[in-house]
Amino acid sequence: MSDPLYYSLCAVLLFGVMAGIALLSRVKTASLGNGLSALCMAAAIIVVLRRYDLFSLGGLWICLIIGLALGLWGAAKVKMIQMPQAVALLNGFGGAASALVAAVYVWDRSPGNGFAYTAAALALAVGWLTFSGSMVAAGKLHNRIRQQPLIWPGHSPILLLCLSLMAILICLLPLWQPGRITAAVLLTLVALFFGIAFALRIGGADMPIAISLLNALSGTAGAIAGMTVNEPLLVAIGGVVGASGIILTQIMCRNMNRRLAEILTGATAISKSGGMPAAKSDTPPSAARETIAAASSGQAGEADVFAALQSARQVIIVPGYGMALAQAQHLVKQLSDALERRGAEVKFAIHPVAGRMPGHMNVLLCEAEVPYEQLYEMQDINEQFALCDVAVVIGANDVINPAANTAEGTPIYGMPVLKVAEAPLIVVCNYDRNPGYAGVENPLYDMKKTALFLGDAKESLNKLLQALAENV
Amino acid sequence: MESIWLIIIFAAATLAGYQLIRQVPSLLHTPLMSGMNALSGATVLGALCAAGAAVYSGSRICAYIAILLAMINVAGGFGVTARMLNMFKGKKEEDGQ
Repeated sequence: MSDPLYYSLCAVLLFGVMAGIALLSRVKTASLGNGLSALCMAAAIIVVLRRYDLFSLGGLWICLIIGLALGLWGAAKVKMIQMPQAVALLNGFGGAASALVAAVYVWDRSPGNGFAYTAAALALAVGWLTFSGSMVAAGKLHNRIRQQPLIWPGHSPILLLCLSLMAILICLLPLWQPGRITAAVLLTLVALFFGIAFALRIGGADMPIAISLLNALSGTAGAIAGMTVNEPLLVAIGGVVGASGIILTQIMCRNMNRRLAEILTGATAISKSGGMPAAKSDTPPSAARETIAAASSGQAGEADVFAALQSARQVIIVPGYGMALAQAQHLVKQLSDALERRGAEVKFAIHPVAGRMPGHMNVLLCEAEVPYEQLYEMQDINEQFALCDVAVVIGANDVINPAANTAEGTPIYGMPVLKVAEAPLIVVCNYDRNPGYAGVENPLYDMKKTALFLGDAKESLNKLLQALAENV
Repeated sequence: MESIWLIIIFAAATLAGYQLIRQVPSLLHTPLMSGMNALSGATVLGALCAAGAAVYSGSRICAYIAILLAMINVAGGFGVTARMLNMFKGKKEEDGQ
């Protein structure tokens, strides 16, 4: 295939991928966009096979087909609540693949061209640290690794040392070609270690930011690998993916009120409330039965709540990750249906960082068949809390904590929160009343207009459902 | 291709991507992310080049592993994205009934 033809095809395919991404920005066209991107990717693979005349390499086909089968099998099997770890895992694979591409180049080409060698060195570093970092992130999200930040003595100096070592090796690799294999192996080891060390220090609640960042890194690794092997389409697509990861990282940081630098250096206050995340994620829901007896010791009585829900016109439901952990999303949908049957209008208020990855809560609710028209983003619903009759909170804490507006010096101060506190009646179905991941007490629980239903969200929701089923 | 062009392409694609992706609403951020994830598997293109040009059998095996991993990334990424988007879409059609 001649160069001009090849580059024109690349331009067309890139345009297709970009159009696919543009279509992803609206629900109606998103499926089409995804299909278009996938089609362009398939076409790109064929074009590259054709250009380098690789059709006859049997092993290559076997790898492509096994990869395709494994990928599709995994995609069909994964549960929606496991999406964050699935994405982290796939991210890691992408990073490792980019690093291996660079490794092959370094192994084979000597003397090679300086630009390609420098790019290969960079791709090795970024690719391997993306791989190991993603594996740790996936482990944390899957509860195989403790979610609390693990901070070693001298953690920051160790990371800094790794970074300097990587920088030196990256400079050395193109200059010292006889020792290139040694340098590449060293670089690989340091980058792998760096990824692990840096991901271990990130807490479970900061994972939406971490996986956005790793996503950006895997794209960048791909782009740099593309520079190594002189593959313009890969460079371009890698750049787009990198940009997307950066945007999501920015959005997540803004909405969690964290600076990226703080998260990377582990300077978060999360470990203060060590007991809480463990209690929330490790205890099976069934063990919560006795706590429910102590429920609603609070202010607004159960009877008031039931009466209010029975006659409510406007209800806003605020789901949090606790709902997902209790797997209560289908009951939430039933609650919403029951309220609607009684003539209420039900809206769902979704905080941008609800869940464990950007947009996660929307996907979980959508799986429970809540129509996406009922899902409202924070800025669209925040003014409506004052106007609604009842706000029902299910497994959300930090994102509704009014202390974010007042408690200066706490980690959540200044974080945008859902204005649940403005609702005339607040029903909270949370596991317990401990502080959330941020470790800040929630004054909402002590308000006169708040009714607490502590314990397993499923049982609390069943109570509410029963009340709604009575005297229809 | 000249190295300078590759760098220009990288910069231009990053800027263009930034503009495009800013428009995606947070409702769709999880599918966006998994879709981007699938695209980062574009490194399979690099892996194919590498496999074609590999000199030693060891390096060829490396390239094959890269193809395998990148392909899992591509197929898995597009697969989960399609699954999620179908959920969104399926709901809408039901509403219409």
